[in-house]
Order: sequence, then structure tokens, then C-alpha cells
Amino acid sequence: MTLLAGLAIATALWSGVQALNAQARNSYDAATAAISGGGGRMLLAARGGLFEQDLFVKLRRAGVEVSPVLEGASRIGDKNIRIVGVEPVSLPRRSPIAHMRKRADILDDFLTGEGRAFASPQTLRRLDLAEGAQPQTERGRRLPPLTALAEAPPGAIVVDIGVAQRLLDRPGKLSRLILADDAALDEARLKRVAGDALRLVAADDDSELARLTDSFHLNLTAFGFLAFLVGLFIVHAAYGLAFEQRLPTLRTLRALGVAAPNLVAAMACEIAAFTFVAGGAGLIGGYAIAQALLPNVARSLESLYGAQISESLTLDARWGLSGLVMAGAGAVLAAASGFAKTMRLPPLSVARPIAWRAAHHRYLRRQAAFATIALVAAICAYDFGKGLASGFAVIGFSLLAAALFLPVALAGFLALSENLAHRPLARWFFADGRQEISGLSLALMALLVALAANIGVGGMVEGFRQTFTRWLDARLVAEVYFEAATPADARDIEAWARGQPDISAILPVWRAKTRIDGWPIEIVGMTAHETYSAHFPLIEATPDVWTALHAQDAVLVSEQLARRLGVGLGSALDIPTSRRDWRARVVGIFPDYGNPKGQLRVDHEELKRYFDDASGVHYGLRVSPDATARFIDNMQRRFDGAIARILDQSELKSMSTEIFERTFAVTAALNTLTLIVSGVALFASLLTLSDMRQARIAPVWALGATRRELAALEMIRVVAFAAGAAILATPLGLFMTWCLVAIVNVAAFGWRLPFQMFPTQWLMVFLIALCAAILAALIPVARLARAAPTELLKVFSNER
Amino acid sequence: MNADRPTGSRERLGAAMSRRSALILALSSTSALAQGFGGLGANAPGFKFPQPGTPLVFPKDHGAHPDFRTEWWYVTANLKGTDGASYGVQWTLFRFALEPNSARAGWTDRNVWMAHAAATDAGEHLFAQKFARGGIGLAGVEAAPFRAYIDDWLLETRDDSSGAGIERLRVSAGNGNFAYALDLTATGPIVLQGEGGYSRKSDAGQASYYYSEPFFMTEGSVSIHGRETQVSGRAWMDREWSSQALAADQQGWDWFALHLDGGVKLMLYRMRSVKAAPFFFGNWIDADGATSPLMRDDIAIAPLENMHIADRDTPVRWRVQIKSRGVDVETRPLNPRSWMATEPAYWEGPIFFSGSHKGEGYLEMTGY
Amino acid sequence: MSIHATPEYLEALRKSAPMLRVEGLRKSYSTPQGAIPVLCGVDFTLAAGASLALTGESGSGKSTLLHLVGALDDADAGEIFLDGVALTLLSERARAALRREKIGVVFQQFNLIPSLTVAENLGFQARLAGRYDAAWQDELAHRLGLAALAARYPEELSGGQQQRVAIGRALAVRPSLLLADEPTGNLDEATGDNVLALALDLVATTGCAFLMATHSQRLAARLQRRVRLDGGVLAAQ
Repeated sequence: MTLLAGLAIATALWSGVQALNAQARNSYDAATAAISGGGGRMLLAARGGLFEQDLFVKLRRAGVEVSPVLEGASRIGDKNIRIVGVEPVSLPRRSPIAHMRKRADILDDFLTGEGRAFASPQTLRRLDLAEGAQPQTERGRRLPPLTALAEAPPGAIVVDIGVAQRLLDRPGKLSRLILADDAALDEARLKRVAGDALRLVAADDDSELARLTDSFHLNLTAFGFLAFLVGLFIVHAAYGLAFEQRLPTLRTLRALGVAAPNLVAAMACEIAAFTFVAGGAGLIGGYAIAQALLPNVARSLESLYGAQISESLTLDARWGLSGLVMAGAGAVLAAASGFAKTMRLPPLSVARPIAWRAAHHRYLRRQAAFATIALVAAICAYDFGKGLASGFAVIGFSLLAAALFLPVALAGFLALSENLAHRPLARWFFADGRQEISGLSLALMALLVALAANIGVGGMVEGFRQTFTRWLDARLVAEVYFEAATPADARDIEAWARGQPDISAILPVWRAKTRIDGWPIEIVGMTAHETYSAHFPLIEATPDVWTALHAQDAVLVSEQLARRLGVGLGSALDIPTSRRDWRARVVGIFPDYGNPKGQLRVDHEELKRYFDDASGVHYGLRVSPDATARFIDNMQRRFDGAIARILDQSELKSMSTEIFERTFAVTAALNTLTLIVSGVALFASLLTLSDMRQARIAPVWALGATRRELAALEMIRVVAFAAGAAILATPLGLFMTWCLVAIVNVAAFGWRLPFQMFPTQWLMVFLIALCAAILAALIPVARLARAAPTELLKVFSNER
Repeated sequence: MNADRPTGSRERLGAAMSRRSALILALSSTSALAQGFGGLGANAPGFKFPQPGTPLVFPKDHGAHPDFRTEWWYVTANLKGTDGASYGVQWTLFRFALEPNSARAGWTDRNVWMAHAAATDAGEHLFAQKFARGGIGLAGVEAAPFRAYIDDWLLETRDDSSGAGIERLRVSAGNGNFAYALDLTATGPIVLQGEGGYSRKSDAGQASYYYSEPFFMTEGSVSIHGRETQVSGRAWMDREWSSQALAADQQGWDWFALHLDGGVKLMLYRMRSVKAAPFFFGNWIDADGATSPLMRDDIAIAPLENMHIADRDTPVRWRVQIKSRGVDVETRPLNPRSWMATEPAYWEGPIFFSGSHKGEGYLEMTGY
Repeated sequence: MSIHATPEYLEALRKSAPMLRVEGLRKSYSTPQGAIPVLCGVDFTLAAGASLALTGESGSGKSTLLHLVGALDDADAGEIFLDGVALTLLSERARAALRREKIGVVFQQFNLIPSLTVAENLGFQARLAGRYDAAWQDELAHRLGLAALAARYPEELSGGQQQRVAIGRALAVRPSLLLADEPTGNLDEATGDNVLALALDLVATTGCAFLMATHSQRLAARLQRRVRLDGGVLAAQ
């Protein structure tokens, strides 16, 4: 039963996480494939961003069959959407959207009159809009009537390419070209036709979302695996116990002449059956977990990366199969030692009394040896590399090492206490505790891992939260932030704002996009102002950073970008611009938490000079704080549709914080689940051990201890063990925090947070561990306290 | 085309643009229009309609007429290679206005262009199709100097031409499997069909503007699966534009464009209806360009042999008779599998004929 | 104060009374098939320093009677007086105290505590009862031949040695009553005889009452009195 439950829980957590990842990845693929069809190739602007439509015409006139796409971010109300402009007449047949060509009414409507805006039913629901509605975008452009189309990618609104250019205010611009299935195009031909303006990529490479979100998913996978490991501890413990219990039967069977391989084969069949039952139950549980966590994951991914994840879980056979394979692998791993023992089992064996002490010492030596091996592996992983995988390997191996070492440490502690104890019951308590370690150790190891993970992740998240909040305070200094609908509107608003008495500064925050080494990069302009020079947080900077930045050819680089490009202060950086590469000197490095893209900060004038397509619509305004509300009101009344979005500082901060909270909500949920699983493991172990415990306790009871006394001791022992695990978990958790902060975060996101400690969290975890132990021990101990004497007397029964 | 079947927009476009469809369009009854094909099936207000007595003006009318709903430029050529083999080539460009006032700026332009191209020899029939939106320079037709294009497929005035007409053209098209480039040189005048180019299609008053240049001599090269051959021969160009639609009971048609030895050109077709007896129409064009319409009783067209092509029975040999002219010939295709698996799909390919007269030409069959 | 209440008088009374008196003891076990009577009115007495062998078939209720007398289980009816104290009147706590202070038990499976050394096992009950007497324990160890094994653990001992530890543990507390349930059942004949001889020797030294359940007539013969449990009642032999 425990075996089944453990395996099912392990499989559930693992497959739940896998389901989430698969769902997200499918959605990314769907987003790309919905337009271009799976696979195939496409052309992108070589320097990132958009390119001229003329290039498309040139290619087509040269006989290259391509179909244009323009994509851009927009908003309807407060919901982010992606506008996708397609050209249905030339879309390759493989594109799912090309199916609309088969429906005359749809195609006619799309290409005539005001056109149509296709959105998947899910997207319509999310926008809370009905078919036929014509909402306005933040730029004040009215969409064509919305029409439901199942093939439309999630989170996107598909319109005609010309409509997209109008909605996104990008006349004559395209973001990519999809090559028809059989279009012959090689680099040489591309260069002949389009010069070096475009680059040819496989459609799969383009999934920027997949790239940006990789680390997010690796995180999830790592936690899923951690949970799986904890589950495996249970399975292993349960199987070991079951094996010990049936050892006499196995001996008898061997004595009756059953060959060892046959026994193992029979046991393997049994394991296979377990795998199916438990794996199946696990898959159902995994589905439920994924279903429960999906909305949160979807919102995290949306707010972090703008990725739209379909919220109706669809899973394929591959997912189910992988879950079963994991369950099977887990079962085999857990049962391997039993199989090996069976193979070695001699047909005739003297029923020797179990030499507990010798076995105990062997057990401790083995644990210590494995712990050492795991520790060495952790050190190797640390030395080996600084990547995400090695970071997780360090964490994994050190958790394992600590877990394996836990019984040794507990045994040592108990031996020491035994020597110090005088009262006979106390001495028995400690001595007997040592004996119980091996039975409880797997559950305790699971608890240790779960507690350490809680401390580790909790510390990282809390550290991040504090750093992030401080950083937001420093970064968001302007009182008002607004985004104009169009650059022209921006000019109008700017001109008006200049005359306003409440305004002390107008800070254009224009943005452009480029790509360095294939990585998407934002370039943000800054004007010379005290807002920046006095507040803008920098990690490293040249002494004259602000003067230098506004002088010439200087940039500030975000921490993650600097790390990725391997640049530091004083390095020269070649930035692809609209015209040519711009060589600039790095004068400062700034933290840019939560931004999946790289960011460069440059002088406002230089941005204008180098980037023709810089979107000049974002602004910060310094307004006297008490006038802010009135000012925003004024501005909205006056400009209305010309303002795409306007926020005051606190709104922006709370939005950012909310995104942050969501990001870690899933991590926290998985963490809690892991802890619950380890609690279940402890409970299961105690329950299965309680029969054995009676045999140990009955003589003491017979010698004159009360049941209540003994039950209390049992409880104290479990609690003490849990406390021991929690105490060991604290330094381990701190180490894990350090690994997450110094290795994993750096590799995954590119930023390094200061390492902080949160003792109240430790206390919480300690209390949680005690509570978990008490809860887990409650039933077995209560059973003992109320055991009828006859129950205990069975131990002495001669006819047993 | 089977009009009983609900058709997709593109097929509908295709039906309307299949060159001879305009003829059928002209013959369709007004009641059929009311049966509702959606946009193109109805007499859409806002489009212009052909008016009798309107003289065609060249070179202006070689160009596009965006006030009209459908329009096409159609070239077929019967060729002989230096290798002694026979070849056929088709180049077709269609324009469809989705809405009146279709000529607009950029992506708001409401014209969709479609092109079909094919190269045929006795063993192969290779074809390709292209679609393009108007307004942004992917496809279009300019009158003078004449230039029709869609992507890299061209039908345009040759560099060595001085005139503003269509006397000296170059046509080219292809995909990865085939390609051709031919010089077309007119050896006879443009032929105005019907009443000075106003081609009446039904008693109900439906009509199209229609002219042809059947007197092209041509030479150039055809390449099939990378094997290029120098070729020469005769070509025929049709031009037609209108705004009217198809009949609902129309089942399909069989259309012949024949070069008779001696310089006479003959255009004939049979329209098959699910309701009525087949309808015949024809035009006898003398070597000097003089035309004489052929009355329906004068024409007999009958299939002699069917073949199973593209999952359907398609006639491949025909008996064609024109009693008043003593014509009684049997046609046979250069390649019976000249199936255009395009949208819409139809049979179109070079044919030979013999009997009372000898010669070559092109056959188009739809609705099988 | 009446003369009857003086401590001297009470002590004299207790000495004159039997150490163990069992009156009308009944016990049945409930099973799915209904209650199965095991003891149907058992009466006997056992004086300090006396020894009694309880014989009977397997399953005749010997162990049950021993458990009841050892304050390990409750009777359905009847009374047991141990050193003048009626067991049914005692609370769980008092019964536990009685067990550790007045009763020594030796089981067939020895039931030593595997995590404690021989010395610790020997002294366990005495310490539990707060009556640890180092000199007495040394003497016991010596007389049981365990002196050299004091630091060993039970798993390192032979069966005979383990049972000797169990006897030592039971007597270390100087109990009023020593109970033994098939104490030699797991030992070969020679070892069993040897162990029993030691036990009887020590019983004589301490002057406690000794009740032993056994199915072996040969062993039973070595005790002062013998009774046979048959059909839930005792029959003298």
C-alpha cells in the first residue's frame, strides 16, 4: 500500500511538472506554428527588429515564395495581446491558418471591407469579448470585427498584414517571412536578392519564447525531479520493508527448489503490475496537479515573457508513457537491492538471530561511504562548470550527501546521549532510537531534503523579494509613466507637458530593439537628469559614469547581458543598429531583475541617431508628488486616446511586484507539495514500523513501564528525529540558497542576488518539521498508547 | 466546374477566371445569378459592365481594368523542339477584384492575382500556380509598355520592341521542375471578338470585352526537369474582362483554339449544362484577321475516347465538325495527362488534329 | 491506635500469608466464533520461597494464567493477591510499578533489549524500579557466569547465556514473585537443565515465590509442587 502510494505520489509530482512544461512548450510551438506551420524555414531581420516590406517584394519578384508576417505587442484594456498580421493568399499550405482559404466566407470577409480579426475562443474569453466586437488598442486603433477561429494561436489576434501594419503603427514593415515548403533559397541567393538585411533561420530556432523560458522550465523540472526523488525514498523504504517481511517465504520457496531467477522474474512481474497501477494513479494525480497549477504557471509566463499558454490542458500519449517509464524506473531502482538479495539468497539458510548491531554498523558505514561519494560528486559538479545543469547537480548531490549522512549523524548523536544518560528508560530510549534509525532513515532523509529545499528556496525567494523591492524603489523614481499611442501623440503630449507648472522633468524613455549573438536586446534611451544620476542603481560603474554616458559612444549594460556577452567595464561593444554596427564603451553595469531580455541604456540622442525605428512613445515624468493624481487626471482628460497607458509610480511598482509574486508561486506550491510528500513518507514509515515497534516495546512494558510512558517516548523520539533533520536542514538549506543565488540564478537569469539569511524562516521550517513529525506519529503512537495488553502479550506468546 | 457543389472562395475565383468561363458567364441566366454564389455570384453593384459600342483603345486596354471584376491574360503555344519533339506551353494571369474600386494603395488594394503556368511534352505535363495580392508590387499589368507580372513570371514587351503594342513580347515562367522563356512576335492583327470587342454572351445582355492575338510566331526555350530544348512554333493570346458571374447549372466546358494549316484560326467551345442540351459557339478567323461567327447548328463536337485521368473519366480524343466550312477532324492530345491540379483543377494541353484539315492547337476541358 | 494497625503486626501478617493467592480466576478470549473460555475458576496459593510448576498441554492456558498473575493482563473474574495486594484494584500506573518492583519475568524468547549490553540488561528492571544494587547484581552476574560477558550485547551471546541474562534481570530487582514461561523452551536439554538449576538456586537465595509454566514433566519434577491445567481448571498432580 505504501509502496503504491509512494510510487503514485512520485509519479504524480513528476508527471504533473512534465505536463506543465509540455503544455507551455506546446503553446510556444503552437504560437509559432499557428502561423508558419511546424518546421520549415523563415527569414528575419539580420539586425533584429523589423524590416522593410520592399525586401519581401524583391524576394517574391526574384521567384522566392515567401509569405509576410508582422507581429507586435498591443493591449486591449489591461490585457496584453499579440497582433499577428498574415497574408492569407500566400501563406504556405502547412500553416494551420491557411485552412481559412478553404472557407470562402471567411476569406472574403478577411480580405474585404474592414476585414476580420481572428482570435481563438480561449483568447476571446480571456479578453471577455464576444464575436463581432471591435475593441480599441492602446494606440486608439479600432480592430476589425473579432471572429472566433480555433486555429488562431493562443493570446494572439490574427489580422490581415495591412491591418496589422495599421494597428501596430508600422506601415511598410514586416517582422518575418515564411518560406513556402518547397521554396529554394540558400544563403548565396538570399544575399544576391536582399543583401545582408535578412537572415535565414529554421522555424524551430525562432521560438524566442522557448529560449527565454528555458530556465523557467528547467527550474520546474528540477523541482519536479526533487519531488520525484522524495517519492522514491518512500518507495525504496516501503519495498525494503516488504522485502524483509517476505524474506522467510522467499527462503522457503528457494528451499522447495524454486530457482532464484524465477523468483526475481516473478517479483519483476509484480513490480510491473505495481508500476501500471501506481503509475496510472500517478498520472491521474499529475494531471490534477498540472490542472491546479496551470493557471498560475500560465500567468507567470505571460507576465514574465508575454507567452500565452493555453489553459485547457491537453496531453499526448508521450507524456503518459514518460510518466509510466519514470514510475517503472523508480520501482526498479527501489526494488533493485531486493532483487540482488534474492539472487544471492542461498537455498538453505540457518535462521540466525538477526545480528542487529553488526548490521547497524554495516549500515552506517555504507551510508557514510555513499554520502562521501555524493559529496565528492557535488564537489566535482561544482568544479566542472557554472551552468544551470551543474548548479542543479551541485544542489542535488549535496542534498543526497546530507540525506545519506543524516542517519550517521543521528546515530552519533544518540550514542553520545546514551552515554550521558543515567536513567534506565532514557538509556533505553537512546539505545533503542539508534536501532530505529535504519527503519525511519529513508523517511527522515526525505524529510531532510524537503526541509532543506524549503529553507533553500524560501531563502532565495525572500532574498529576491527584498532585493527586488529595494531595486524597484531605486529604479522607479519618476512619479508618472506613460506610453503615447503614436510618436506624433508623444510629441504633442511632450509639448504640452513642458508648459505644466507641476512638472519638473520630462524623461523620454525611448526604446529600440536589436540582437547581439542572436539574443534579443532592448535599447533604452536616457536623458541627463538627476533622476538617473542620483538614483539609478548600478552594480559597477566608472567614476564619471553619467558624464561619460551622455558624452559619446558609451553604454550601460544590464547585468545579465554583460554576463552573457562576457563584457565588463571598459569593454567595447559592437551594437547592430539600423545603419551599421555602433561601437560603444561599457561605462556601467546595472541590475535588471526579471527581464528575460538583455538591456542596454544609452544616451537619448544617440538612440535617436542610431535607431530609426526606435519607438518614441514611452516617457517618465517628474511631477511634484502631491500633484500627481490631479496631473494624471488632467492629462487623461486632455489627451484621452492619444495615451496608450498611464500609470503612477505606485501602480507600476505593485504591478511589478505582482509579477514577481506569481513567478515564485509555482515554486512555492511544488515546495509545499514536496514537504507534504515527505510528511506522508514519515507517516507511512512509522505506520509500517509500528508492528516491529511493539516487539521492542513489549518487554520494556512487561518489565514495568506504562504504555503511556512508552507512547510518550515514541512521540518524543519521532519529534527528536524530525528536529534533528530540521537542524541539519538549516545549513543545508543555506547552502542550497547559496547555490541557487550564486550558480543557478546566474546561469538561468544572468543576475546575482546578494546572499541573505532569514532566521525566522528557519524557525518556521523547524516548527513545520516538528508539526509534520507530530502529525505523522500521532496515529501510530496513539495506537500504541491504547494497545490492549493482549496486543503486547502476543509478543511473548510461545505459539507465535 | 460543378456549380451545384458549394465552392470555396478560391475555387470560385478559379472558376470565374478560367478563361472561357467568361463566355459561360455571359451565357448564364439572370435567374442563376440569383441562386447566390455570394459575392461573385451576384451582380455586384459598384462594378462596371461592358457596354456595346464602346471602342477598345490600345494600348490602354492591354492593361488592367480594376473597375471590372474579373480579367485575364492568356497565352498558349504549340511548339516544336530542335530535338524534333513537340511541346506545349501555357501562361495565364488572372485578376479578381474582391470589391468595387479595387485599385487602392498598398495592402488596401482589393485585387487578388492568380497565375497558372504549364509546360507539356509527350511524357510530362508540369505546372505551377501563384497567388499574389495587388497594391504592393507583387503582381500587376501595365499597358504601355505592356508588362504583366506576378512574382518572377512575366509577359512583357521585349527590349527590341519600339511600339507600344503587344507585337513583340517575351513570356517566361517556371518553378523548380520546369521553365520556359519564349519570344512572341505577332504576324497578324489583333482580332476583336464579337461586335468590335463587345462580346455578347446571352440574350439577357451579359457580355464581356474580348480580344485575341492568335497570330504569334514564337521561339525560345523550354526546360523540363532541367533538360532545355530550343523550340519554335505558334502562340495564341486571349484577353477578356467583365464583371458577371457563372451559371448555376453549368457543368463544364470543352474549348478548342486551333491553328489550321494555311493560317486560318478557329475558336470553338461546347458548354455542358446539367439542365439543357450542350451549347456550341465558335469563331472562324481568316489568315488576314477577318472573323466570322459560327452558328450553333453549324458546330458538332463529340468525344471519341475517354481516359481515366486524375480519378475521373476525361475525353482525350474528339471529333470536331463545322459543316459550313467542310471541317471534319479528329483531335488527339500531345499528352493525355495534361491535368492542371491547380485550384480549380482542369485539363489543358496541346492537341493535334487531322482529317479534312490538319493542324495543332490547345484544348481546355473543365467539369469532368 | 489499635494493636492491629501497628507496622509490626502488619509485617507479621504478611509473612504468615501466602505470597500469591489466586481465587476463582476466569478468563476467556473473544474470537469471531464466540468466546473461548481458557480459565474457568482457578484457585491456588504460593508461599514465599516456594516453587510451583504449572503443566498442561499446549494452549491449555498456562501462559494466560502467568500473564494474569504477572499483572500483564486483566482477568474476567476472580482475584489475585500478590503480597496481600489485590491486583484488580490497581491502576495502570500502580500495576506497572508492581511489575517492576515485585515481579520478575522470564520468557521463552528471552526478550532481552538488543540495544543494551549484558550489564545494562541485567540492571534494567532494577534501575527502572529504583532498586539497583550493584553488589547484588555483581553477585548475580558472577553466579550466572555472566561476569566476563558484561560488556557484550545480547546478539553476541548463546541462547543459554541469553536466558541466564533474562533470569538475572528478573532477579536483580529482588522480586517477590518470579514467573517463568517455558524458560528452557528455546534451549537444548543440557543447557535448559543448567539454566533451571541456576534459577532454582537463586530463588532459594532470594526467598521469592517461583511459578514456572512448562510442558515438560521432567523439569516440573524439579520444583516443590506441581499442578496441571486442564479444561480451564487446576488439578493437583
